[in-house]
Amino acid sequence: MASLGNPDNPLLVAIVGSGPSGFYAAEALFKSDIIAKTDLYERLPSPFGLVRSGVAPDHQKLKQAIKLYEKIAENENFQLIANVNIGTDISIEQLKEAYHAVIITCGAETDRKLNLSGENLDGCYTATEFVGWYNGHPDYRDREFDLSGETAVIVGQGNVAADVARILSKTIDELKYTDIAQHALDVLAESRIKTIKVIGRRGPAQAKFTPKELREFGELDNCLPFINKQDLVLNPESKTELANKSNIGNKKIYDLFCDFARNQSVDDKSRRCEFHFLLSPIALVGNTRLETIKFEKNELFGDAFNQSARGTGEILEIETGILFSSIGYRGVPMQGVPFNHDWGTIENNAGRVTNNGQLVTQLYTAGWIKRGPSGIIGTNRACSVETVNNLLEDLNKFESIKSRTGYNQINKILQSKNIRPIYFSDWIKIDAAEKKAGESKGKPREKLTRKEHMLSHLDSK
Amino acid sequence: MTTIVTDNCKGCRFTDCVTVCPVACFHYDDDMLYIDPDTCIDCSACIPECPVQAIFEGDDIPEDKEHWIEINAQKSASLPVCEEKIEPLPGADDRKSELGF
Repeated sequence: MASLGNPDNPLLVAIVGSGPSGFYAAEALFKSDIIAKTDLYERLPSPFGLVRSGVAPDHQKLKQAIKLYEKIAENENFQLIANVNIGTDISIEQLKEAYHAVIITCGAETDRKLNLSGENLDGCYTATEFVGWYNGHPDYRDREFDLSGETAVIVGQGNVAADVARILSKTIDELKYTDIAQHALDVLAESRIKTIKVIGRRGPAQAKFTPKELREFGELDNCLPFINKQDLVLNPESKTELANKSNIGNKKIYDLFCDFARNQSVDDKSRRCEFHFLLSPIALVGNTRLETIKFEKNELFGDAFNQSARGTGEILEIETGILFSSIGYRGVPMQGVPFNHDWGTIENNAGRVTNNGQLVTQLYTAGWIKRGPSGIIGTNRACSVETVNNLLEDLNKFESIKSRTGYNQINKILQSKNIRPIYFSDWIKIDAAEKKAGESKGKPREKLTRKEHMLSHLDSK
Repeated sequence: MTTIVTDNCKGCRFTDCVTVCPVACFHYDDDMLYIDPDTCIDCSACIPECPVQAIFEGDDIPEDKEHWIEINAQKSASLPVCEEKIEPLPGADDRKSELGF
């Protein structure tokens, strides 16, 4: 038999999760010197992960990353197998029996909790569920958000917090020609929110927004960005941080905050998005519904570039019935895959899955479930390339495992379980249906937000 | 919005930016890199990667570097794509210190 990776004996790889990391892993395999048949599994009927259901609807240009993924999907050795849940429909063990190697790129599917009592009160939401909801993710289709209060609080100062704040800040006219889900647009149209408070535990020199995301708050039709001027006074360590030439990103953020503070004297807009700093939530208070959030004021301690926040004992209360916590995503363990519960990631060494430090054969990982939820779309490209390079180094190990039959074997199981896999050719039909549904409204697409609606566009003709 | 590579890249061409580009929009010649504006999605992942801060986006482009918008568009149209990190140009580290980084 020809050695593994030749046209007669291709390397068979399953990738679990069709977000950016999954597509970049497939791309890296196709660019390598060997022939790798690559099957990309996805639990939803639709591919593209957070580019579809995370990237905000008013950031359509970012979503054009999909064009590249569509090109990757044209490779003759690529196959999408969506609507199949690895872990429940098919086990990791079954994948390992069918393929030479499995790369897990399922992302960080849940959020970090605040771990406060009262987190289950009505009105306490997570950014993850809100983002999934307005982006038409089927898992969040039936979530309900009560936006009838006048004040909303967002805890967290990263780009996801910025997305949530911006969606709440924008007028319906600013949103209606995006691909925001119709059910979300309908609820946002009834929003009575006037003040949005975006709250961080550290100072204005440490906020995690990217300058581009923050700048958008200065360009909103009917919402004024607002900052208390005294909050912009910096401690010496933060001044040192901003004076460092390599820290230009944080400097830009701080300068934007200063611009906002300078331009807020004329308030002719009906909404206000306030940025607050050095506050950590310590209690969520209410009977059945959230009424008040208690914050402890923080101070910074530690050397420049290594400053942490610690409580001062001083308490501040904010009356609000709406909270979105946005303090980061977190990975979910997958049956049969070693998991680092402290980090919320799959235990691995540069993409090779390990179990208590020992290499686990055939298993690899990339993206947020490998390194934690940081970085943006492109960061995952370098991450997937690293994993695939290591996988290719291990090629000789796969030679010794007995021959594999790939998808044929999995397809039999799917048939026996009556599961209808969605291939890329099916997705193209769903994609076309969404685009068509958006046309009359002037939207790039109207997303199908229920599995059964997506499936109804297949097998009908 | 446009994202562009400017003169600090000349003589350096570190290409750290290339590894995080989600759409492979960097092109190169013997001097530096250029961004194809039709492919770039303005995600700004590349900006913090550049060790000499040669990359700027839209509103951040300094006035004296605006002519680089045209140069990036023209050069990228005919030059090959740079898909992976390549060796920096000889003398890149010296040039980096000269630039104050």
